Amino acid sequence: MRLNGANILLESLKREGVKHIFGIPGGAVINVFDELYKQKDLEFILTRREDGATFAAEGYARSTGKVGVVFVTSGPAATNTVTGIANAYMDSVPIVVFTGQVPTNLIGNDAFQEADTTGITRPCTKHNFLVKHVEDLAETIKKAFYIASTGRPGPVLIDLPKDVQVNETEFNYPKSVFIRGYNPTYHGNPRQIKKVAQIIAKAKKPLLYVGGGAISSEAHEEVYKLAKKLSIPVFTTLMGIGAFPETDELSLGMAGMHGTYRANMAIQHCDLLISIGARFDDRVTGKLSDFAPCASIVHIDIDPASISKNVKVDYPIVGDAKLILQEMLPLFDGYEDRNWEEMRKPWLEMIENWKNEHKLAYIRDEKTIKPQYVLEKLYQLTQDIYPIVASDVGQHQMWVAQFYTFTKARTHLSAGGLGPMGFGFPAALGAQVANPDRMVINITGDGSFQMSMQELATIVEFKLPVKVVILNNGFLGMVRQWQQLFFGRRYAGTDISVQPDFVKLAQSYGVDTFRLEEEKDVEEGLRKMLSCKGACVMDVRISPEENVYPMVPAGAPISHMLLV
Amino acid sequence: MEYIVSLLVENKAGVLSRIVNLFSGRGYNIEMLNVAPTMDPLLSRMTIVTSGDERVLEQINKQLNKVIDVVKVVEYRGRPYVEREMALVKMHTDANTRAEILRIVDIFRANVVSVARDSYTIEVIGDSGKISAILNLLEPLGIKELARTGKVAMTRGE
Repeated sequence: MRLNGANILLESLKREGVKHIFGIPGGAVINVFDELYKQKDLEFILTRREDGATFAAEGYARSTGKVGVVFVTSGPAATNTVTGIANAYMDSVPIVVFTGQVPTNLIGNDAFQEADTTGITRPCTKHNFLVKHVEDLAETIKKAFYIASTGRPGPVLIDLPKDVQVNETEFNYPKSVFIRGYNPTYHGNPRQIKKVAQIIAKAKKPLLYVGGGAISSEAHEEVYKLAKKLSIPVFTTLMGIGAFPETDELSLGMAGMHGTYRANMAIQHCDLLISIGARFDDRVTGKLSDFAPCASIVHIDIDPASISKNVKVDYPIVGDAKLILQEMLPLFDGYEDRNWEEMRKPWLEMIENWKNEHKLAYIRDEKTIKPQYVLEKLYQLTQDIYPIVASDVGQHQMWVAQFYTFTKARTHLSAGGLGPMGFGFPAALGAQVANPDRMVINITGDGSFQMSMQELATIVEFKLPVKVVILNNGFLGMVRQWQQLFFGRRYAGTDISVQPDFVKLAQSYGVDTFRLEEEKDVEEGLRKMLSCKGACVMDVRISPEENVYPMVPAGAPISHMLLV
Repeated sequence: MEYIVSLLVENKAGVLSRIVNLFSGRGYNIEMLNVAPTMDPLLSRMTIVTSGDERVLEQINKQLNKVIDVVKVVEYRGRPYVEREMALVKMHTDANTRAEILRIVDIFRANVVSVARDSYTIEVIGDSGKISAILNLLEPLGIKELARTGKVAMTRGE
């Protein structure tokens, strides 16, 4: 079959099982869009900014595990995707971004809307390609999807010059590809797995440290089995939220800078820390030299470079978390005479005490709405439908992690590594495209929402019933909190009380919307939002100077917590 | 600690930039860098001299291995290997220095590869110690220009 480059691209995507594409057209991809117009198998979701397209593709990928796909043009469109790509790289999210490029004979001439896209994105992609000959296109796409979705997942970019889209060649989509420099390790070393199983069995105060990798590898069931079988308490990272049900008695919630008291104390007192798909990020470890001082460390990760990067690991296992745990679990069958619960009692009692000493808390007052209250209520009203909750970046992101109770993998979407404000709303939109029958809620702040509110047009055009809760405090709250605590209340540049009327704004797009100003209206307001058939924007005026607690000051040991 | 790492990489556009980006992006130092094709025209060999403590060197190795276009990473720590570097040195010459320069060239088994009225161009090959030693001796005699290749290395035997 002889096809032009644009058609080869679309045919290849169909072979990869792609159904949805996010993006914005432009001069350097006009041929691709022309072919897209003529077919029905691929649905194109037009976002209003290119960063919205990459964030939406991430929401799509994070909520399903499938590869998210983006089409944008050259130059400014390509540079607008960089934040989303860097975000996907930090959080290991599989997306493939196609950017248009000026014709090959103009590359390097400073042509109109030209940018060195592969050069710019090299440090923030897992891999990228500039396709110079249409004959290479199909194989390059196969490679891109393979690289994005295997091993430690991540973003891959393909830069497509205009002439490559127009030129014709015979289309053959390869069944498989071989890349000699890329062979991810999936199966852990059996001897090491055996050794680690013995060490876990011996530990008196073991603790599971579960990160986003457990979700990427779909290992949540195995994590659950391991925890329950051996009565091992579990904390997650921000990215690991959902990998272990927070309703379970063994759950300690999230650890780290804004983690729970019990999780942070457990880290400081455990004798064995078992990390699964986490990378010892500074927001989790606090001061490195004081992190888990009494513990040996087991680290299961698919990325060898994550092991011993920040913290010296005693027992590494490189491979896929799910496969490794599947091999490890039967090894504990040899301890039939052992009563794990009995053995774990003293350790779990210590944890229970920490739990009762300092629970996650906030002080309600009559006059204002506390954001934590909104999230607790939201959980009560939605706990049976397991909604997908996408948060943005800032205080509200931490409140979501703390006060909404997550029980299922891929229901908490959060930009953990890069932390780009403006992520949440488009990510929710992408998740809604992938999950048309699920409730998708974006919890955002007034600062974050203003960085992506143009996507209101997108949810209207594509009839996406995303629910948006703006926790509006008139501040760039997280920075304001730091200024209050560590910079003598000098609120430099964080007062954003000059802002649009979000209700009028949503109305102008034709979206259902209302405002909440009193605590007594919160429950009814949430019910009203949840019963909206279509999209809904709720502007919740919260207590302006509410802080996120607990808080570990940057650079301090994680046991040094500022509490409510 | 000085550390030599040699890479077999895909011989493609942009690969050098990937490696160099990785070093600069993660704050590692490149002290010397040498790139040339191998017998397989699809592969190039890069030899990089860098430095760092044990932990940094382990990370450099792992991060290099992660680069998709890197086919193989060879490190030389704890293994017998040979390393060589070449330098071209253009010496200012006059009646007073010519004999002394030639004596040094002779002692170091270097070669004079170009002669002009007021200069010699000397080629010297050896490990870093030898190159430094000859440069030390030549310097007071008037070096006009110096070009060094950076190290290449290979394990012994096998």
